[in-house]
Amino acid sequence: MEREKILEVKDLHVSFDTYAGEVKAVRGVSFYLNKAEAIAIVGESGCGKSVTAQSIMKLIPMPPGRIKSGNIIFNGVDITKFSDKKMEAIRGSEMGMIFQDPMTSLNPTMVVGKQIAEGLIKHQHLSKKEAMTRAVEMLKLVGIPNPDKRAGQYPHEFSGGMRQRAMIAIALACNPKLLIADEPTTALDVTIQAQILDLMKELKSKLDTSIILITHDLGVVADMAERIIVMYAGKVVESGSVEDIFYDPQHPYTWGLLKSVPRLDAENKEQLVPITGTPPDLFAPPKGCAFAARCKYSMEICYEEQPCDMEYNKDHFAACWLGHPDAPKVERPIKGRGVK
Amino acid sequence: MENKKLIEVKDLKKYFNVGNNAILKAVDGLNFFIREGETLGLVGESGCGKSTAGRTIIRLYEATGGEVIFDGINVHKLDKKGAKDFTKKAQMIFQDPYASLDPRMTVGDIIGEGIDIHNLYTGKERMERIYELLHTVGLNREHANRFPHEFSGGQRQRIGIARALAVEPQFIVCDEPISALDVSIQAQVVNLLINLQREKKLTYLFIAHDLSMVKHISDRVGVMYLGTMVELASSTELYKRPTHPYTQALMSAIPIADPDVEKARKRILLEGDVPSPINPPPGCRFKARCRYATERCSQEIPEFREIDKDHFVACHNV
Repeated sequence: MEREKILEVKDLHVSFDTYAGEVKAVRGVSFYLNKAEAIAIVGESGCGKSVTAQSIMKLIPMPPGRIKSGNIIFNGVDITKFSDKKMEAIRGSEMGMIFQDPMTSLNPTMVVGKQIAEGLIKHQHLSKKEAMTRAVEMLKLVGIPNPDKRAGQYPHEFSGGMRQRAMIAIALACNPKLLIADEPTTALDVTIQAQILDLMKELKSKLDTSIILITHDLGVVADMAERIIVMYAGKVVESGSVEDIFYDPQHPYTWGLLKSVPRLDAENKEQLVPITGTPPDLFAPPKGCAFAARCKYSMEICYEEQPCDMEYNKDHFAACWLGHPDAPKVERPIKGRGVK
Repeated sequence: MENKKLIEVKDLKKYFNVGNNAILKAVDGLNFFIREGETLGLVGESGCGKSTAGRTIIRLYEATGGEVIFDGINVHKLDKKGAKDFTKKAQMIFQDPYASLDPRMTVGDIIGEGIDIHNLYTGKERMERIYELLHTVGLNREHANRFPHEFSGGQRQRIGIARALAVEPQFIVCDEPISALDVSIQAQVVNLLINLQREKKLTYLFIAHDLSMVKHISDRVGVMYLGTMVELASSTELYKRPTHPYTQALMSAIPIADPDVEKARKRILLEGDVPSPINPPPGCRFKARCRYATERCSQEIPEFREIDKDHFVACHNV
């Protein structure tokens, strides 16, 4: 059965005009998100994952940023050309966002309850009193003890984990169809991270929200996402179901990501396999595959021509020349399911 | 044969006065030792005192109580000359590669500073030594004339490592050296640290909150909670048989990059947050979040005892 698509991004290009020239941060990204589905965008800093997410919400500062081309179709409507005013009506009510750093993204001069109520008053036209009651309910939903008292407190009185819960409460207050979580647990400790991930999973099944989870930590997404999109230097290099990405990855960059993290349950102290070198400069992205210079499987064609998406199954694509029928067979470092 | 103990930490305490007659007990009674040539990992959540412990051990902070014995000498009882000699033996690599390098000094001068202070080399030899160090950490000699802002995070961390190596220390405290780096770069830096240890017989105190990386690099791992150490064992033993309830929860909270394993395993979710180290609760520090807490836990501080060879735990219920 085809699931209904809530979001579709088609060939998105986003650039920033700086004094040193044009930074091509996102260079042709396409993906979709089904209703009530959770997907993850994985990649290193500077790969364009946050810019992609912020473009969907139209949160990138314009100028210097601009969406050069491509379409963002949300809930059946192309929002790429929406005015600021029209976007304002969608942001917060139809889409919510959770940011990485809960300390800098909450307003320090406003009590937490009021920050949750703000969106409700604006979008759902509730009275102040109704909105506050609902804000307390939201705090309770995200697992904050004493929600009545906590709603009247300022962000500095909250701990890191509780601030992130408050952020989630703000993002979900108007019951949005889409929730974008940009590194929601990066600033948190592991035990708190586990709490927050658990909460997001629980809320997803309770409220049927679609989630885009942005992270650099593959461990976080293993349990949470249904599909994974791997980005590198502004492009999607591989996308597929969680099983495809973890057990049958096709792109050398995905191999590198999986191999460079030590596994807690690995028996011996094997040498880590780092990805050598650093990501390319996005002022002048290379002509061919952006990963070629760091890739130990690179061939002549990799430097010459951009690889197209090779299809491995209905949902599994990788942009790598190794998938071409004429390419030499290489030994894959990832052995597949159940093998450590 | 076991190597000799290079560092012994005995009942180390570091308190900070935070005003209003409140005292923050960042480190409150640590006991452990580090053998020559081994890596001791120190893990715990933010605010557990692991960085303070590392800094107190190499005398960046004066200890409030207890002592640190380095190669037979008490590092907190040194005179001026002794203190200077100690800085040659023990060095530190910092967490933030952006904040820990002087932006107005060239890379060559940053690395050469220690060489100058200890009069190790001068003139041409000094420059040769700097080039050699740059080469050791995977940079090249042209980098010596550049400034820190011209480098990426991973490269800066390499500069920090070269600076620490410049005085040929025996012991290096690595305070979250990889937390600020991307995953693909982390592996590069960790491999570098492991190779340097093999070549130069270095001893490391490796501080991090990433338990899987700590397990990978360390021979033994200590787990800290709110200023005290709750468990210490060899890294394989700690993973196979975590004994303290906090270690168990910490282990189960770490995400594993394998969906099958991840879906099958059961998390021990800890409720609430780490309590404040200002006026910490009496008895066991962990009791408020512990599933097994009993009456005894709120009255008596559990002793840090050896339950098996080289496996120490501080818990009443083990």
